[in-house]
Amino acid sequence: MRHPPVEKASFLAELSQIFPKDRRLDQAAQLSPYESDALTAFRARPLAVVLPESGEEVIRAVRLCAKHRVPFVARGSGTSLSGGSLPIPGGLVIGLNRMNRLLKLDPKERIAVVEPGFINLNVSKAAEPHGLYYAPDPSSQPVSTIGGNLAFNSGGAHCLKYGMTSNHVLGAKVVLPEGEVVELGGESLEGVGPDWLGLFVGSEGLLGIAFEITLRLLPRPERYHTVLAAYRSLEQAGEAVAAVVASGLLPGAMEIMDSLAIEAAEAAVQAGYPKGARALLIVELEGETPEVEAEARELARVIEASGAYEVRLAQSAEERLKIWKGRKAAFSAVGRLSPDYIVQDGVVPRGKLGQALFEIERLSEAYGLRVANVFHAGDGNLHPLVLYDGKRPGELERAEALAGEILRLCIRLGGSITGEHGVGMEKRQYLGEMFGEDDLEAMRRIRRALDPDELSNRGKMFPGADAPALKLHGAHPLERAGVISRE
Amino acid sequence: MSEVATTLRPASPAEVQEAVRTYAKLLPRGGGTKTALSTPQGQTVLDLSGLSGVLEYDPGEYVFVAQAGTRLAEIQAMLAQHGQYLPFDPPLAEAGATLGGTVAAGLSGPMRQRYGGVRDFILGVRLVDGEGRLVRGGGKVVKNAAGFDLPKLMVGSLGRLGVLVEVAFKVFPFPRATATLKVEFGSLEGALEALYRLSGSPLEFYALDLEPNPRATLTLRIGGLPEALPARLARLRQFLGHPPEECLEGQAEREYWAWVNRLDWGGGYLLKVPVQPSKIAALEARLGPGMRRYLAAGNLLYLNWSDPLAKLDALLKSLGLPGLVLRGSLESPLIGVDWSQAFGARVRAALDPLGRFSP
Repeated sequence: MRHPPVEKASFLAELSQIFPKDRRLDQAAQLSPYESDALTAFRARPLAVVLPESGEEVIRAVRLCAKHRVPFVARGSGTSLSGGSLPIPGGLVIGLNRMNRLLKLDPKERIAVVEPGFINLNVSKAAEPHGLYYAPDPSSQPVSTIGGNLAFNSGGAHCLKYGMTSNHVLGAKVVLPEGEVVELGGESLEGVGPDWLGLFVGSEGLLGIAFEITLRLLPRPERYHTVLAAYRSLEQAGEAVAAVVASGLLPGAMEIMDSLAIEAAEAAVQAGYPKGARALLIVELEGETPEVEAEARELARVIEASGAYEVRLAQSAEERLKIWKGRKAAFSAVGRLSPDYIVQDGVVPRGKLGQALFEIERLSEAYGLRVANVFHAGDGNLHPLVLYDGKRPGELERAEALAGEILRLCIRLGGSITGEHGVGMEKRQYLGEMFGEDDLEAMRRIRRALDPDELSNRGKMFPGADAPALKLHGAHPLERAGVISRE
Repeated sequence: MSEVATTLRPASPAEVQEAVRTYAKLLPRGGGTKTALSTPQGQTVLDLSGLSGVLEYDPGEYVFVAQAGTRLAEIQAMLAQHGQYLPFDPPLAEAGATLGGTVAAGLSGPMRQRYGGVRDFILGVRLVDGEGRLVRGGGKVVKNAAGFDLPKLMVGSLGRLGVLVEVAFKVFPFPRATATLKVEFGSLEGALEALYRLSGSPLEFYALDLEPNPRATLTLRIGGLPEALPARLARLRQFLGHPPEECLEGQAEREYWAWVNRLDWGGGYLLKVPVQPSKIAALEARLGPGMRRYLAAGNLLYLNWSDPLAKLDALLKSLGLPGLVLRGSLESPLIGVDWSQAFGARVRAALDPLGRFSP
């Protein structure tokens, strides 16, 4: 699709009537912090950044973009690992960090209404005095915002039992790409008519911007039982997961880290994990005390039979947090082992985890690059971390190729190219390998029905012709012209 | 209806595509258990009972894939052999309801209290859109964020966005032991107060139902390992302050819940009303006697209604609630507040531009 050129001057002039100078950034030095998100391999220079402080300002910004046909992207804390909040070159970034108010907390009805810039972890903090919490827990939760979590249907370590963001958003007020305002969902767990909200959550910012979000809160579990088991091989840890599943237990979380990830976590936060482990398994039970105590005995039998050479139980809340701290820090910790790395996110059927890990090891050798593995084993969600040195010629390209091979492997094994990070910028071309042309065309028709000019987060998620956008391989014309760059 | 509607019974997704391309107005039908949704008003009926059967099931994955016309009862029997179940606990299984019909009507039952409703367990779909294309969305792994979430979109879609031909679901292990406590309260206020206290507590329920008539009653189902159940029942009784109650276990308990999910409350209209606990008192003040049951801690009402539907429509509107007629009417099944808006109209136009699936 070809898009008409933008009349910059008149757009910026009208923008200045909505946003005062301190909340309207258009100078190079002001824009540079917004040029990339957590997928730092990509950079793009937006035309301007605005920082709305109310839903009304978001609506006016979107309507102005629609009038001038300026592409826009909403951005929270910029923690997207798929490049989902990367600016559209020459487009508007609508930064939502200042919209960080808790609009309503109703402990009796167990709902919270927040603005999109509200930080994930702060929902649980606000709910804690009432014995409640917000379940989705992406590793980025101390920083990432609810608006971003909603757009990318963020997951976390506890998805198997209680689902992803989509399962915890009850309603949203949304400005559609052409400026109409709609309310999707409500305050009930149920609805009638098509689940429009279900479609909107996880639509990667392509269908509009949510400016008010209603979340469901859960009672805090009475008891946690967190087990850390160390194994001499990854296969043993994988088999332990299968044995837990076969036992009929339903843990809140089952996580595996391999030796490279363990090494990184130790270096970063001194988690005190068992020495010499080739794989660590974390299993967490949660619920009512008598039930958890009974399940813990059953789990102990399963783990004992699984060949773990060391098993630790968290004896206190502090010990539990320490176990999780190492796990949640693993991504950033890998930065200590390598100057650069790509965090990949793929899903395979749980029973094929062993095969997937074996193939990843083989690919790692073939490409001559180290791969650390951290994964949500309970739901088959792999997070291979591909380590490389961007200063060595060709190494970034090799790392990207390896990461792509891992995604193809996930598709081949019957899984998905993303469990929780979204497609964004990074995986656009793989979406067409996971879905057929008719599938993508149906999704495109939905997108164009809501956004005929493809303004809202243009260039993301769909493969190919949605440009102008970056290309993963080789220099883009805009890159050669110095408009965009990647590190 | 005086005229006899044409009924087609496709045996493959390709035949569904062919039918969609051939007929101007179509009404997909599964088991026909929700007559208000499956009785034609001049449309050609697309009977999907020929698209039946499980395509994939690996208990270790907690996932199965089946054709949309497969009966719930068949799925439940298959899962039970491996100690698993449909956690959203769909109603009307015994009457012959199908997977596709359950998704299209968006129906969940009492046990949705524990882990969520049909929207929370659907993983993937294949559907035929209004132009006869076969479209796949979602996947068949328990976690997936690739592409638009078409599976969720189809929940509650009433066949108006496309014809479901295949669905994939996440399932869970069924608790090894369960028990049910029926507790009567002197007043609706007392029952609601207890409902709030229970649903905000760390106590976990597979079902938390409120029946307002004839006496306000909470029905609580717990489940887990058998050795923990006595201690948990004791804690629950203490939490409630030892009110008079009846405890159901074993066969009696299973039969009780099977009865609930039949929603067999005699004549009149049968409706689904999504609700919140905060609206129950106002609703009850105006509904009068009759069979009804609030599921999932006051989030889902199944209601039997014998008066004219217009009266209920007005009542729901005044409380800002929508409703879906499942049985008893051939008028539009959607009553109460209007759920249509710009977002929905545009999505519908994208998937069914010719209006083949609109009534």
